[in-house]
Amino acid sequence: MSKSFRLVTSLAAIVALSSALNAFEVSKPVCLAPAKPGGGFDLTCRLASNSFSASKTIAKPMTVNFMPGGVGAVAYNHVIGQRSNDAEMIVAASTGSALNIAQGKFGANYTVDSVKWVAAVGADYGAVIVRADAKWNTLSEMIVDLKANPKGFALGSGGSIGSQDWMKAAIIAKLAGINPKDMKYVAFEGGGEALTALLGNHIQIYPGDIAEFSGQLSSGKYKVLAILSDERLPGQMANIPTAKEQGYDAVWRIWRGFYVGPKVTDEQYNYWVDKFKKLSQTEEFAKERELRGLYPFTLVGKEYQTFMQEEEKKFKALAQEAGLIQ
Amino acid sequence: MMEILSLLGTGFGVVFQPTNLFLVLLGTTLGTLFGALPGLGPINGVAILLPICYTMGLPVDSSLIMLAGIYYGAEFGGRISSILLNVPGDAGAVFTCLDGYPMAQKGFAGPALAISGIASFIGGSISIVGLTFFAPMLASIAIHFGPSEYFVLMVFAFATISALMGSNPIKSLVGVVIGLLIGVVGVDATTGVLRFTFGEAELYDGFEFLIVIVGFFAVSEVMLMLEHHSSEDFEMPKVTRVYVTMKEIMYCKWTMLRSSIIGFIVGVLPGTGASIASAVSYTIAQKISDKEGTFGKGDIRGVAAPESANNACAGGAMIPMLTLGVPGSGTTAVLLGALMLYNVNPGPMLFVEQPLLVWGLIASMYVGNIMLLVINLPLVKIFTKILQVPYWLLVPCVTVLAFVGVYSVNFSTFALLLSIILGVLGYFLRKLHFSMATVILGFVLGKIMEDNLRRGFAISGGEIGIFFQGTINAVLWGMTLFILFVPMIAKIISKKYALGK
Repeated sequence: MSKSFRLVTSLAAIVALSSALNAFEVSKPVCLAPAKPGGGFDLTCRLASNSFSASKTIAKPMTVNFMPGGVGAVAYNHVIGQRSNDAEMIVAASTGSALNIAQGKFGANYTVDSVKWVAAVGADYGAVIVRADAKWNTLSEMIVDLKANPKGFALGSGGSIGSQDWMKAAIIAKLAGINPKDMKYVAFEGGGEALTALLGNHIQIYPGDIAEFSGQLSSGKYKVLAILSDERLPGQMANIPTAKEQGYDAVWRIWRGFYVGPKVTDEQYNYWVDKFKKLSQTEEFAKERELRGLYPFTLVGKEYQTFMQEEEKKFKALAQEAGLIQ
Repeated sequence: MMEILSLLGTGFGVVFQPTNLFLVLLGTTLGTLFGALPGLGPINGVAILLPICYTMGLPVDSSLIMLAGIYYGAEFGGRISSILLNVPGDAGAVFTCLDGYPMAQKGFAGPALAISGIASFIGGSISIVGLTFFAPMLASIAIHFGPSEYFVLMVFAFATISALMGSNPIKSLVGVVIGLLIGVVGVDATTGVLRFTFGEAELYDGFEFLIVIVGFFAVSEVMLMLEHHSSEDFEMPKVTRVYVTMKEIMYCKWTMLRSSIIGFIVGVLPGTGASIASAVSYTIAQKISDKEGTFGKGDIRGVAAPESANNACAGGAMIPMLTLGVPGSGTTAVLLGALMLYNVNPGPMLFVEQPLLVWGLIASMYVGNIMLLVINLPLVKIFTKILQVPYWLLVPCVTVLAFVGVYSVNFSTFALLLSIILGVLGYFLRKLHFSMATVILGFVLGKIMEDNLRRGFAISGGEIGIFFQGTINAVLWGMTLFILFVPMIAKIISKKYALGK
C-alpha cells in the first residue's frame, strides 16, 4: 500500500467520520439582533458574524437581521412562538435580557428555560463614575457621604426602574444602607444622556458600564471610583480599583451571548456549541472581541444554561427585594 | 481663530480627494431625494445607507461625510413635497406646508421652491460657520440644560405652539391631546411600567415617530384621494419659474437670519431636532411679521422661516454629537451609531484625537451646502419630475416607499399595521378638520416634557422649586410669559390708545 493511498484513505475516513458526527451544517446562518442597528445587540451579532468568517470556523457568511422591540421581548416571543425549530438562527442576548425574563417582562409564562442558551462571548462591567471635581476619591468616601445624607445625591443612568442600569444604582444604594425604593434615581434615555447630566451636575453619581465609558476615560472630566468586577481589568483599566478590593461586595457583569429556539434538536444545538467552542479559541475571535470593547467571558453549552438559571434566580431575588415583583 | 482656520484647511484637504468629493455629491443628492419623498426622512436615509457604507469597506471619514450629506441634504429636499403635495417630506418640513402649499396653489410653486432653497442654503451656511467657531463654546452652554431646564423649554415650546391654534382652539387642543395619548404608549421611561401595551410586546417601545408620520400623512392621504373620483382636484401645481427676485429675497432677509439662528440654537440642544426648530421659528416669524394675517395663506416668509431653521438645525445638532457624544437630534443619533460601528468614540477628545475626521466632516458640509444649492435650484425640476407623476400613481408609490422606510427601521409587519391604523385615525381627523401638525407636536414634545418633568422631580425629591431655579429657567420662563402675554398686552394698549384718541 503506497503512502499516498494510505493518506487518502485516512483523510477520507476523517472526513466521513467528522461529517457523520456533524451531520448538521448551516446553509444560511443568521444572527438576530433584537434591536435596531447600531446598538449593543448589533455589536454582539457582528462579533459572531465577523469572527466566524475571519477564523473560517463557519464557511458560510452569517447575516445579521434585526427585530427591535422591548429590549428583546419581541424577538424572544417570536423565537419561542414562531421559529422554535429554526436551527440556522442564533439570537443575541445580554444581562438585560435575563433581568427582563426574571421580572416576567418577556412574557409571564416564559423563563430562561424557554429557549436553549448556546454561548456567552464577552462581558462589560459596571463602574461607579463621578465628576472629576467631585469631593470623593474612593468608593468608601462616597458611600459614607451617601449614608449620612441619602437624599443629598442623585444617581442617574440610562434605564428605567428595574433595568440593568437601575440595578447597578440599587447595588450602590444598598452599600450605603439605602433601600433601593428610597434612593434618588433619575432615568435617562441611554448612558450618553446620563453622562451629560453628570457633567452638568444634574446628577452626582453615574453607575455606568466601564467599556462603554472607556472613550471618556482620558477626557479628564470624570473619575471612576470603582469597577464592579471580581478582579482588576487589564489595559487602561488596570489602575482603577474594584469595589471588592475597597471592601464592598459589589459585582455587576454585563455579559453578551446567544440563544437558539427551544425546539432546535440536540444535534443542531451541539453543532452551535461546538462552533462556539472552536471559535472561542481562535485569535481572530479575541481580536474582534477586543475591538468591540468586551472583556473575556466565555461560557458554552450546558455551562451557560446553568449560569442562566442562576442569573434568573439571582435577579428574581433582587427584584423581589426592591419590590419590583411580588 | 488662526488655529481653527488652519484645521479647517486640513479638513478641505480631506474633502478634495476625488472619492470624498464624489461621496459628498452622492450623499447630498440622495439626501435631497430622501427628503423629497414623504415618509423617507434623513433618519431612514442614514439608517439605510450606514450598513451599505460599512459593508462596502468605506473608511470612517468617507462614510461620515456621505451620511452627513444625506442628513443635511434631506433637510433641503423635505420642502419639495411640502410645497407641491402638502405632505411633509420629513419631520422638519411640516411647517413648510403651511405657506408653501397655498403658494403652490396660487401658481407660485416655483418661487416657493426657490425661496425655500435659498433659505435652506442660508440656514445651512450660518450653522456650518457656527459649527466651526462655536462648537466648544456652545457645548458648554448645552451642558447646563438639565431635566428642569428641558421641562421649562418644553413649556416655552408649547406656549409658542399655542399661537398656532388659530381659528379653532378646541380642535387644536384635542389634536395635541391625541398626540400626547399616542406618545404615552409603551414602557414608562422612569418606572419601567408598561402603559397601554395590552400585553403586546411590539408595543413596548411605543409608537415609532416614523410609523406615526407615515400613518397620519401618507396613509390618510391615500384614503382622502380614494374618496375623490375626479383626478383634477389632485393635480400637482405647475412649477413655472424656479427663481426669486432680489427684492423677494431682501423681503425675507430678517426672517431667514432670525430663523437660522433659532434653528441653530435648537439644533445644539440635545434631543431637539428639525421639527421643533421649524415649529419655533415659524411661530416666532408669524408673531413678529404677520401684520396682515397672510401667514398660512401663502406668505413667502412663512416658507423661508421653517426652511432656514431646519437646515440650520442640522449643523447645530452636529455640535453636541461631536463634542459630547450626545446626539443633538434623531438623525445624529444614527450618525453616532455610525461612529461607534467604526470604533470611534465621539466625545470631548474627538477634536484632539481625530482632527482629520472632525474637520474633514465640517469642511465637507461647506462643499455639500454649495452643491445642494445647485441641485435644489437649477436642477430642482428633476426632483419635481419625480413628484410630478400623476397623483394616483405617485401617492401609492410614495406609500410603498414610506412602508419600506417603516419596515427598514422597525423590521416588523406589525409596524406597517400600526401605521395603517393610525392612517385611518388620521383620515377621520383630517375629515373633521383637525390640524395634524398639532397632533404630531403633542406626540413629540409631550414625551420630552413628561420624561424631564419626572426626572426633575426625581432629582429634587418631589419639590416643585427645581423648575424655577437657575438663570436658564428664569430666562425660559421669561420668554414663555413674553410669548403668552405680549399679544394680549399689546391688544389692551392699542385699544386704550384707540379709546384715548
